[in-house]
Amino acid sequence: MTNYIPKIQHKRGQLFDSLFILFLVYVSLYIPLFMESDTKSADETTSVQVITWESLNVSPVEQEQWQKLGFDELAAAEIINDRFDYTIDPVMLIITVLVIVGYFFFVLRVSDRQYREVIEEKFGAAGSRATNEQEDAR
Amino acid sequence: MSQSTSSGGEQKRISMLKVLNPFHVWALGVGIVLVGEFMGWNFSVAKGGAYGALIACWVIGLLYSCVAMIDSEVTSTVAAAGGQYTQAKHIIGPLMAFNVGLYLVMAYTMLEAADALIVGDLMAAVASATGYADLNPQPFVVLTIAFLAWLNYRGVFMTLTVNFVITLFAFLAIIALFIGSDPLNPGNILKHSDLLTELPYGWIGVVAALQFGMWYYLGIEGTCQAAEEVRSAGRSIPLGTIGGILTLLVAATLTWYVSTGLMPWQYLGQATTPLYDAASIIGNPSLQIVLFIGTMFAAIASANGCINDAARAWFSMGRDRYMPTWFGAIHPHYRTPFRAIIFLIPIAVSFAFTGLLDQVITFSILSGLLGYTFMSFNMVRFRKMWPLDVIKRGYIHPFHPIPAFTLLGLCSVVYFATFLGYGASLLSIMAFYIVASVWFVKRRYQFVKRADQFTMPWPRPKGY
Repeated sequence: MTNYIPKIQHKRGQLFDSLFILFLVYVSLYIPLFMESDTKSADETTSVQVITWESLNVSPVEQEQWQKLGFDELAAAEIINDRFDYTIDPVMLIITVLVIVGYFFFVLRVSDRQYREVIEEKFGAAGSRATNEQEDAR
Repeated sequence: MSQSTSSGGEQKRISMLKVLNPFHVWALGVGIVLVGEFMGWNFSVAKGGAYGALIACWVIGLLYSCVAMIDSEVTSTVAAAGGQYTQAKHIIGPLMAFNVGLYLVMAYTMLEAADALIVGDLMAAVASATGYADLNPQPFVVLTIAFLAWLNYRGVFMTLTVNFVITLFAFLAIIALFIGSDPLNPGNILKHSDLLTELPYGWIGVVAALQFGMWYYLGIEGTCQAAEEVRSAGRSIPLGTIGGILTLLVAATLTWYVSTGLMPWQYLGQATTPLYDAASIIGNPSLQIVLFIGTMFAAIASANGCINDAARAWFSMGRDRYMPTWFGAIHPHYRTPFRAIIFLIPIAVSFAFTGLLDQVITFSILSGLLGYTFMSFNMVRFRKMWPLDVIKRGYIHPFHPIPAFTLLGLCSVVYFATFLGYGASLLSIMAFYIVASVWFVKRRYQFVKRADQFTMPWPRPKGY
């Protein structure tokens, strides 16, 4: 079998490839801005009530610690009433699982094919003399 | 391993200097991570409450213990720059290696950007407290990255010696905070009985907390990047890595204990600098200064380690032609991957200035998580293709394959946790790695010399 002789890449091509991978990174950073990803939703039910430490269900010790941190009940209420929503969208979950599993399946499968080329070039075809020489060298 | 670089018009084969010891390895791993104890881990409190964060701390601690065990065995055998990238090249194949290289570069460069932002914000906070309100933090972000890049350019020994000193100071600051909180007299300063609550979101919140539980340890696997520059990889990498994970387990537990005994969980869950706030509540000015310096040092150490690791991963990919070969050069005098270091400076700065800190941090965490998923496959294949009696390891981790399968299971749960909070980011980052993989297969692989991808003096792998 003849060894693979890789192409030589010129500087312009090297620059293009470096910029291309950076372009991909920036695109993937900005994509979520165009998709709905915010799972936080403020509790709107308390906004019209008069806020006191008692209405926030804060114990005297907690109140003391909030005050040591420089918060009054109004400022604390904003944080206390800000809650996460963990509702699961089953369709999105299935898509996400398929994407992750599919990605690893693709990468492992193609890697295995490429790895066989590497091993064959490095050690020779399976069962050849090169294999024995390597093992003897060990 | 050696690399060619041009010097005076001649091509010479030169290698990196082997000057590091286990303390440097510890400083690299813990240095990258420890900033996560000063800020970031506490977002897991917002996700699942104080107890949820503690469970996350221990569950993710188990994940990283598996990472440390697996990494120690494979890296003590594959002692080359690039760490997990080089492991993937020898054990799984070029496309996986390309992806792992990208995970490393993205995880560390984006973490570096976040660290530099923290330094800038701390400087602005000091200025504000001393009467200079509205100080622009951006020049400090650029200066931090530029100074650390210069340090990295000049040599790995000085870089990681500095990291050792400032990381040790930051770790001791956490110990000082713990002692200053009078832990032997519960109820005096620490008020756990009044501040700890039930799980606010139930167990789904605990699962969601796992995503930010990663901050307690994210980056410890970076110790592998030093493999080509340690005097004895078989001894230094396992010692430094396992010593590092033990340090982090102690620091994480102390951090959780002190913080949750001082602050209501809702405040803690959104605090920018929780340990500094803890010192402020205790009301000891000396402790406040120590924690301020500790926070600053932790952020600088993390950025410093990230530059070191990202540059080595990028350099290794250039050396193997997975990325342009121009990056695969070592400085003829300082013996550092200088082109990779310089190239990544403006990129880190641009990440810091995108205004997308959430996305940048999620990208960093997910890239790390993808890397841990790879490690589980990698370990199983490594033992299968080269059983214990076939090649000599510097370290053999116990209970194989339990750590590998545990790691894979825990990674799956953390993907789900990420989906709960950042589903759109998760998909867009996966899209990046899928497109990049197709691009590698269709374009970059034609420049790769096949046999050069296997450089270890190992026998032919079983099954190939």
